[in-house]
Amino acid sequence: MTASSPSTVASDVCMSLQDVTISYGSFEAVKNVYMDLPKGKVTAFIGPSGCGKSTVLRALNRMNDLIPGCSLKGRVIFDQHDLYDKRVDPVEVRRRIGMVFQKPNPFPKSIYENIAFGARINGYKGDMDELVERSLRKAAVWDECKDKLKESGFSLSGGQQQRLCIARAIATEPEVILMDEPCSALDPISTLKIEETMHELKRSYTIMIVTHNMQQAVRVADMTAFFNAEAVEGGSGKVGYLVEFNETENIFNSPSQQSTLDYVSGRFG
Amino acid sequence: MSFSTPPTTNQFTERLTLHYDPALKRNRFNQVANAIAAFFAAMAVVPLFLVLIYVLVQGGRLLSLRLLTELPPAPGLEGGGIGNAILGTIVVTLIASLIAIPVGVGGGVYLSEYAQDGWFSKFVRFGNDVLAGVPSIICGVFIYSLIVATRIFFDQSFSAMAGGIALSVLMLPTVIKTTYEGLLLVPQEMRMGAYGVGASRFVTITQITLPAAFTPIATGVVLGIARAAGETAPLIFTALFSPFWPEGLFNPIATMSVLIFNFAIMPYEAQNELAWAASFVLVIMILGANLLARWISSASRS
Repeated sequence: MTASSPSTVASDVCMSLQDVTISYGSFEAVKNVYMDLPKGKVTAFIGPSGCGKSTVLRALNRMNDLIPGCSLKGRVIFDQHDLYDKRVDPVEVRRRIGMVFQKPNPFPKSIYENIAFGARINGYKGDMDELVERSLRKAAVWDECKDKLKESGFSLSGGQQQRLCIARAIATEPEVILMDEPCSALDPISTLKIEETMHELKRSYTIMIVTHNMQQAVRVADMTAFFNAEAVEGGSGKVGYLVEFNETENIFNSPSQQSTLDYVSGRFG
Repeated sequence: MSFSTPPTTNQFTERLTLHYDPALKRNRFNQVANAIAAFFAAMAVVPLFLVLIYVLVQGGRLLSLRLLTELPPAPGLEGGGIGNAILGTIVVTLIASLIAIPVGVGGGVYLSEYAQDGWFSKFVRFGNDVLAGVPSIICGVFIYSLIVATRIFFDQSFSAMAGGIALSVLMLPTVIKTTYEGLLLVPQEMRMGAYGVGASRFVTITQITLPAAFTPIATGVVLGIARAAGETAPLIFTALFSPFWPEGLFNPIATMSVLIFNFAIMPYEAQNELAWAASFVLVIMILGANLLARWISSASRS
C-alpha cells in the first residue's frame, strides 16, 4: 500500500475511508468502514452511543494518535495521500483538517489570542486584526466579542465559547472542519445559532459532524452516515460498524436497512 | 406479632420535644468531642505562634538598618549586622533555583506530557518521592564528597556554588512534583484544542499547557525556595561560612541559617544576639515566601 495509488478516488470526494478498522488496544471499536465523504457538503454521523462514530471522526485528522493504544488499519485518503502513511506528519494533517470539540475548550488566553494562536503557529503573516474579525464574523460571534477582544475566552457564555472555538478552527483556513457533537453542551438557542453558522460555513468548507440529535442531522446535513454496534462472538463489548451512508433525505425517509429505520424512527437505541 | 397492637410506651416510642436539649446524653458527648478536637487543632498552630513570638522578642529589638547592611563583628566586639549572610542566602538560593527550576519543570513536563505510563516514568516518579524524603544532611554530605572534597570548581573547596547545588537537590522533588501534578490538572480538551488547530507538541506545551498550569507550578516553586532558604545542614559543609562579604560564587559564603548555627553557640553576647536577629529575619523571609505562594494561587483564581 503506497500513498500514490489511490487513483480511484473521484474528484468530488474530499476524504475516502477504505476498509478502516480502529482498535483500542486489542479491542476493535469500529470495523471495516468504507465511505466517500463528498467535498463541500455537510456529512452527519449518527448512531447510538458506543458505535464508534466519534472514533471515526477523530481518525480523520489523526486525533486518535493522542489516545494511548489506539491504532488504525485500512486507509484514509485525503488529497491523494493516505493520512496513515508513515511519511505523513500529523501536525500538518491537523492544520488542513480542523476540529471543534464536544465541550467548548477555549485556550486560557484573550479572545483575540484564541483566534490568533492557530494562525500564528501556522505562519500567518497578514493582518492579524483583520483575520480575527473575519473569523469571528464567519462564526457569527463577532457582535458579542468585538468590544472585549482583550478579555479571557472564558468570559463568554457556553454557546459563544463554542462559536469562538469554531472561529479558532476557521482562522487556520482548513479545508475540512470536523465537529464532534458541537452542540451537546449547549441550549437550543445556541444550538440554532451554531447550525446557522454551519450553513454559512459549508460554502467554503467541507464539514463532518457527529451528532446525537437526529433533528440536527436533518437540519444541517446533506449526507448522513448511520453507525450501529453489535456484540460479536468471543469479543468483549460491542463492535461498531457503518450500517448505511446516503443522502440525509434517504436515510430519514426511506432507509434501506431495517436497523436504520428503527433508529431514526425512535424505536431503538 | 400483629401490627394492630397499640405501641407500648417506652423510651423508643416516646415522643420528645423537638427543641434542642443540651442536657441530653448525645448532645453532651458531642460537645465534649467538639472541644477535644478544637483543642488539638489549636495545639497544631501553637508552636508556630510560640516560635514567632519568641523569635520576635529575642531578635526583634535588634532590628535596624545597621543589622541588614553591616558585617558581623569580630569576636569580643559589639554591634555589627548580618548583611553578608542575608546577601549570601539570596545568592545561594538563587543558584539553587536556577538549577532546580529548569530541571524540575522539565522533568515534570516529561512525566506529564511525554512519558507513556511505562516503567521509566513510574521509576522516576518513585525515585522523586524517595528523594523528597532524603534527609537534608545526606544531600550535604553527597555534595561535599562530589564537589567540595574533589575541588572540582577551580580547585576551590567550600563554595557558594556547592551550597547552591546542595539546596537544588532538596528543591528538585518539590518542583518536579508540583509541575507534574499541576500539568495533570490541565484538562485534556485544552491540549486537544491546540492539536486541533495544528499545533505541534512543543508549541502546545510551551504556549497552552504550561501557561494553564502556571499557578500550581509557581506556588510549588515558591514553596520549594522557601524550604531551601531555611536549610542549614546541607550548607554547613558545602558553603561553609565567611565573616566577610561574598567574594564570588566559588568561595565560601555566609548564609543566615549557618550564621544562626555558628553564632548561637558562641560564648559572646553580641554574636548570640545577632543569631536571634538573623532567626527573626529568616522566619520573616520564609513567612513572606509562603504568603507570596498563597497570593499567587489566589490571585489567578479570582
